[in-house]
Amino acid sequence: MDKLVIAGKAYSSRLLVGTGKYRDFDETRTAVDASGAEIITVAIRRTNLGQNPEEPSLLDVLPPSQYTLLPNTAGCYTVEDAVRTLRLARELLDGHTLVKLEVLGDPKTLYPNIVETLKAAEILIKEDFQVMVYTSDDPIAARQLEEIGCIAIMPLASLIGSGMGILNPWNLQIIIENAKVPVIVDAGVGTASDAAIAMELGCDGVLMNTAIAAAQNPVLMASAMKKAVEAGREAYLAGRMPKKLYSASPSSPVEGVIGNMSGK
Amino acid sequence: MIQLIVNGEPQVVPSPDSGTTNDPRLNIRQLLEHMGLQGKRIAVERNGEIVPRSQFDQPMLASGDKLEIVVAVGGG
Repeated sequence: MDKLVIAGKAYSSRLLVGTGKYRDFDETRTAVDASGAEIITVAIRRTNLGQNPEEPSLLDVLPPSQYTLLPNTAGCYTVEDAVRTLRLARELLDGHTLVKLEVLGDPKTLYPNIVETLKAAEILIKEDFQVMVYTSDDPIAARQLEEIGCIAIMPLASLIGSGMGILNPWNLQIIIENAKVPVIVDAGVGTASDAAIAMELGCDGVLMNTAIAAAQNPVLMASAMKKAVEAGREAYLAGRMPKKLYSASPSSPVEGVIGNMSGK
Repeated sequence: MIQLIVNGEPQVVPSPDSGTTNDPRLNIRQLLEHMGLQGKRIAVERNGEIVPRSQFDQPMLASGDKLEIVVAVGGG
């Protein structure tokens, strides 16, 4: 079987999904299940002090016993905030060390700050975290993050929440070619064909949130994404035919066309 | 009274009952009960350091302490 292996664990699904921006927990759960994702990201936030104690929590709806939770550092702009957030996540999730690191550089574009990301990754890896890292599509940044010990490289395809699709397939290809750890496109996917393209390029997986949550019908889009990631992966493994401007070789036999006296 | 900063906001909590303890400091469990967070899946940081759940019964909170109490929420 063709499995995605992350930190020594094999997963059947190559689609990773976020859990933000849904209408309610019910929709979150239904969409996650329709996506078939086994790894799901969660954010770590301050408790709402005025919260109704009876209200269910995300972890009641998506229990860590059923999914591999990937706590993230979304919203963190400094090394300190990112590291503190993931230490809290590890405590919250009973020693869980698999995390998604992102250190942002700009609130408008949510573009990652690679210098700070590298510093935070180094600290976390020293503390035995298994770091899946959000990064730009810069192949050198990707290489450096791998060299310091990140266990998965997660370049953007386009900006977070933009739905602009795969803007630089060539850079992604270079990253994929060089990496010895899984490469997972994180951010920018807008619709199913984008996910298929990412997988056809040879990515090991795709992580998305807004493309599903902001669809008119999130649950149906989750199902579409599941199929797109599977189709893209199979197409990659099958190996596509070469592209040609035109072909003198039609798919139907050249011989035996009726009304042709010579048979040619 | 113990004056804490919890999640960036001032929080005043009654001192623990002097009949049951000589320690004027509060423990995390008492704080969580005061805030209605008992039994919730949360993690606590005190003055920048994680407080493991195993230490929630140790009296450690004094006025001026800064706490972060977090939960997992939906996110991408």
